[in-house]
Amino acid sequence: MDKTVNQKAWFLVLPVFLVVAFSAVLPLMTVVNYSMQDTFGNNQFFWNGVGWFKELLDPSTDLGGRFLASLGRNLFFSLVILAIEVPLGIVVALSMPREGWTVAACLVILALPLLIPWNVVGTIWQIFGRPDIGLLGYVLNAMGFDYNYVANEFDAWVTVIVMDVWHWTSLVALLCYAGLKSIPEAYYQAAQIDGASRWAVFKAIQLPKMNRVLLIAVLLRFMDSFMIYTEPFVVTGGGPGNSTTFVSIELVKIALGQFDLGKAAALSLVYNLIILIVCWIFYTVMTNAGVERKVQASSEPAVEPKPSAALKPVPALEPREGVA
Amino acid sequence: MARIDLVDLAHSYGGNDAAPESFALKPVTMTWRQGGAYALLGPSGCGKTTLLNVISGIITPSRGKILFDGKDITPLSTQKRNIAQVFQFPVIYDTMTVGQNLAFPLKNRGVPKAEIDKRVAEIGRLLDLEPYLNRKATRLTADAKQKISLGRGLVRSDVAAVLFDEPLTVIDPELKWQLRSKLKALHRELDLTMIYVTHDQTEALTFADTVVVMHDGRVVQSGPPAELFDKPAHTFVGYFIGSPGMNILPAEVRGREAKIGGHVIALDRSYDNLPSGAKIEIGVRPEFVEVVAPAPGLLAARIERIDDLGRIRFARVRVGNAKLAARAPAGFTSADSSAGLKFDPSHVHVYADSLLVEGAA
Repeated sequence: MDKTVNQKAWFLVLPVFLVVAFSAVLPLMTVVNYSMQDTFGNNQFFWNGVGWFKELLDPSTDLGGRFLASLGRNLFFSLVILAIEVPLGIVVALSMPREGWTVAACLVILALPLLIPWNVVGTIWQIFGRPDIGLLGYVLNAMGFDYNYVANEFDAWVTVIVMDVWHWTSLVALLCYAGLKSIPEAYYQAAQIDGASRWAVFKAIQLPKMNRVLLIAVLLRFMDSFMIYTEPFVVTGGGPGNSTTFVSIELVKIALGQFDLGKAAALSLVYNLIILIVCWIFYTVMTNAGVERKVQASSEPAVEPKPSAALKPVPALEPREGVA
Repeated sequence: MARIDLVDLAHSYGGNDAAPESFALKPVTMTWRQGGAYALLGPSGCGKTTLLNVISGIITPSRGKILFDGKDITPLSTQKRNIAQVFQFPVIYDTMTVGQNLAFPLKNRGVPKAEIDKRVAEIGRLLDLEPYLNRKATRLTADAKQKISLGRGLVRSDVAAVLFDEPLTVIDPELKWQLRSKLKALHRELDLTMIYVTHDQTEALTFADTVVVMHDGRVVQSGPPAELFDKPAHTFVGYFIGSPGMNILPAEVRGREAKIGGHVIALDRSYDNLPSGAKIEIGVRPEFVEVVAPAPGLLAARIERIDDLGRIRFARVRVGNAKLAARAPAGFTSADSSAGLKFDPSHVHVYADSLLVEGAA
């Protein structure tokens, strides 16, 4: 593999570099610039150094208090929906049919919530939960529950969580279903012969084989729920009080409501950093899970020679045809 | 530990009402004795895996019954049948160690811990898996994984039979020999009934003491390897077993003579009552036909080529439109590729509609 050196190749990178510069690097740098300054309008800016960042991480200040509180709410929200959606998604995937026309029907039904735009989902649940005209709110109140997501913090949380579960469990279920479908029939037959119970089949075959897709599902759902904005904003507007104000809602309030560009810029940078770090951790864990296995396999003495050749299925040797 | 009887067993994937000819497994009645080493031999799609899955209970047969020691177990599920089966591709429980994999079938059946440990240690020793018992099974090679699959099949001492569905497909040729001899040794040591499905005649003939040949959903012959070789009951068995396969030639047979294109070949036995209207053929293994220099009284043939297999040479010859294989004695050469064929009368068989006809002495 000889590499020829040709500096002109840099020109080929130039278009991409320009696009990325204008679409990502420059806006990001603008945000970095804002985060170091304060403004009182009129396009007048004053240098503030790392002041906003210090405030952000200090709960005793107004900015820090709001940021850390919303961050806490956001993390709690993500944990709750993961704790519900992942097991529920697995259960749904396990109870789906494995063949026949019902498969297609199930897939379509599962995909429906995923196809609805975020703010429409918010609107649906906003109306659905209203005690005066919403089906859910009206029925709950008629049954004697004092349900009102506008006035009651607990009700607001339940509504937002149920809405997210309704919207996104399908994604986890579809991923798990794909993982389940890739398990060869022989595994189930072998388990049957080995006398495995339903639970043992799940533990010994299905769960380990879904390992990979589950990691992806957790990553996607964590990231999405950690960045959630539209649905809770449409349903509760972050209320009652600040009880369902997540980081992104807080960010919009500061940036567009109060027009505190410096504070908002600092907050969005820290927010961004958290997401990047969590993504990186997930990515490392996922890739390492595979790599570590390979490294260990090659460093240990192989049980028998020629593992690579033996792994390939040998094409069936057909007996010769016709009479000699 | 049981004798297995199949009574009028048949299966169709299209349901019981499907046309009889479309059945994947056509009605069969036979007995597998306790402790036997059987091979189910046949080309792909001949129904051997279907038969195996019917015995293990993965498939419920459309018709007929399966008896274990005279007890009808047809409606029982696989779990309740006491059957072990090893599949074509290794099945490994990823999260478990090799030892836990081997223990799995016993654990599921509530066998006491001490007994499990003893049994796992024994099977581990027999399959040379001892050094790996505490290792994660996913990291082993395909051969080792297949050994674990075999081990899970053999670990239960109470099974009625162990079924193998082409278990050595993924194994390298040299290791195949080792594993096959290992299986044979295990069969002697553990006294289990073993049924081994394969499309490889060498595998079947070396492993089994009884070979069951299947063709197009039917069991066409079952017997010891020597019998399949010497006296194929069906022309299919004749050419499927042996390399090269049996020569099959259309002929007119009367009394102790077979006529091929005007030439007469002597037969050892007399065939007087052949069914009229049936397709009559004679079959003779290449080992019992010799090419010699052309001479009057011999069937004239043209030599197309001579294959040297090392210990033996086979000439590929042509008689009219029919192609034959024949043994070429050491030192035989032919200048103008013409030759005569010498048949060994005691090894020439007569077939009517592909089925062997027993002649009168």
